[in-house]
Amino acid sequence: MLKRTPLYQAHSDMGAKLVDFGGWEMPLHYGSQIEEHHQVRRDCGMFDVSHMQVLDIRGKDSRNFLSHLVANNVDKLRAPGKALYSAMLNADGGVIDDLIIYYMDESWFRIVVNAGTAEKDIAWMEQQATGFSVEISPKRDLAMIAVQGPNAREKVWEALPGSKELTESLIPFSAVEMGTMFVARTGYTGEDGFEIMIPARAAPFFWATLAEKGVKPIGLGARDTLRLEAGMNLYGQDMDETVSPLEAGLAWTVDLKSERDFIGKTALLSKPVKSQLAGLLLLDRGVLRSHQKVSTSHGEGEITSGSFSPTLEQSIALARIPKEVATGEEVRVLVRDKLLRAKVVKYPFARNGKSLI
Amino acid sequence: MNIPGNLKYTASHEWVRLEDDGTVTVGITDHAQSLLGDMVFVETPEVGRKVSKGEECAVVESVKAASDVYAPISGEVIAINVDLDGSPEKINEDAFSAWMFKMKPDNASDLGALLDAAAYQSVVESESH
Repeated sequence: MLKRTPLYQAHSDMGAKLVDFGGWEMPLHYGSQIEEHHQVRRDCGMFDVSHMQVLDIRGKDSRNFLSHLVANNVDKLRAPGKALYSAMLNADGGVIDDLIIYYMDESWFRIVVNAGTAEKDIAWMEQQATGFSVEISPKRDLAMIAVQGPNAREKVWEALPGSKELTESLIPFSAVEMGTMFVARTGYTGEDGFEIMIPARAAPFFWATLAEKGVKPIGLGARDTLRLEAGMNLYGQDMDETVSPLEAGLAWTVDLKSERDFIGKTALLSKPVKSQLAGLLLLDRGVLRSHQKVSTSHGEGEITSGSFSPTLEQSIALARIPKEVATGEEVRVLVRDKLLRAKVVKYPFARNGKSLI
Repeated sequence: MNIPGNLKYTASHEWVRLEDDGTVTVGITDHAQSLLGDMVFVETPEVGRKVSKGEECAVVESVKAASDVYAPISGEVIAINVDLDGSPEKINEDAFSAWMFKMKPDNASDLGALLDAAAYQSVVESESH
């Protein structure tokens, strides 16, 4: 039996094509994935991301515990509401999950983890919490709705009376509590907008109100092409427990400068970095897909995420290739028995409505 | 479900129209396009290529996945729909008018093995259970 979010009925009513996504029955699209993609880049759209798991870390050792647990440095979190993106590593330096940590106060940090890894993450955190005075509480009663796009904030302000005053001054990558809700200026699309946590029982009404204000529902299909264009990693595809964050394009999130020790640090420092995550732009006609083999001047690589980019109107990919390969090199990708030409590019490919290529 | 009665079908979701001059026109069904989602790329066969029944002879790629299109009969490819090149979304808009290629059959008797609308409907229903 697939798990359903509090918005399942709303998706059905809106004509969603529902699919099994990591054990959850989720909307893939509501008609056209490409139109939904453009809708977010050009105006705004809403996503049900209630399958993601919210966790609260409470207790006097919260900061020290997180400092030990994750690869990014939680000491960057000083202003209440500030968010931090980080990988959580195992002792070998592989990525257990990627997550966002919101700092509320010294005895309360809120974390959002991926749906498919949530149970594993919680078990790992519980295991690592030994010796720390912290309490880890999964908030299973919270739904989450992301509203993304250049007009997203305006639409949320229309749909949620009183929210403008509280959230207008929120800087990107920060959050604020609003009664039983929690509003964060974060997302997974490369557009401005909010991710809003809301009690499950109130979620259908909020979703319906946003729809009344003209906000279109967006499925997981467009969510994937939006995040790929924005150059954001997807756990399980672009990295997993066998991959170092330093070879997954996440070096910017790993704090190796401070004296602080964290799980996986020793392993990261002892292993040579051999690969990089690079952007690919397909020059020939076709579509890049994950697991296709890439041939470069410095050896073989593999596509980790690939799709058609609606913004660029050509195929793009993230690929793990030898670290010596330079931006601009033309590589070959094996696509359905044919070797197609692709160019190594810096990503993100598109953000804020515009192509960056 | 949209399954026109005047067409023939294959279990691999191609539709086939028998033309008055003995040639056939081939596309993919509305059911197939709805499973694949938004089309972004169509690779059609070369005109003049000889294909055997069941041979892969075209590819449709959607945002979601790539899918082979199979020759419904043995014969020669005599025309391709060049409009799909720049507008693959026409398959999503109207799968039964967005034809992919035309063939001249080797044996007219092959046509008898194709499915009629009722038989194709059973195929689709059996897949969804």
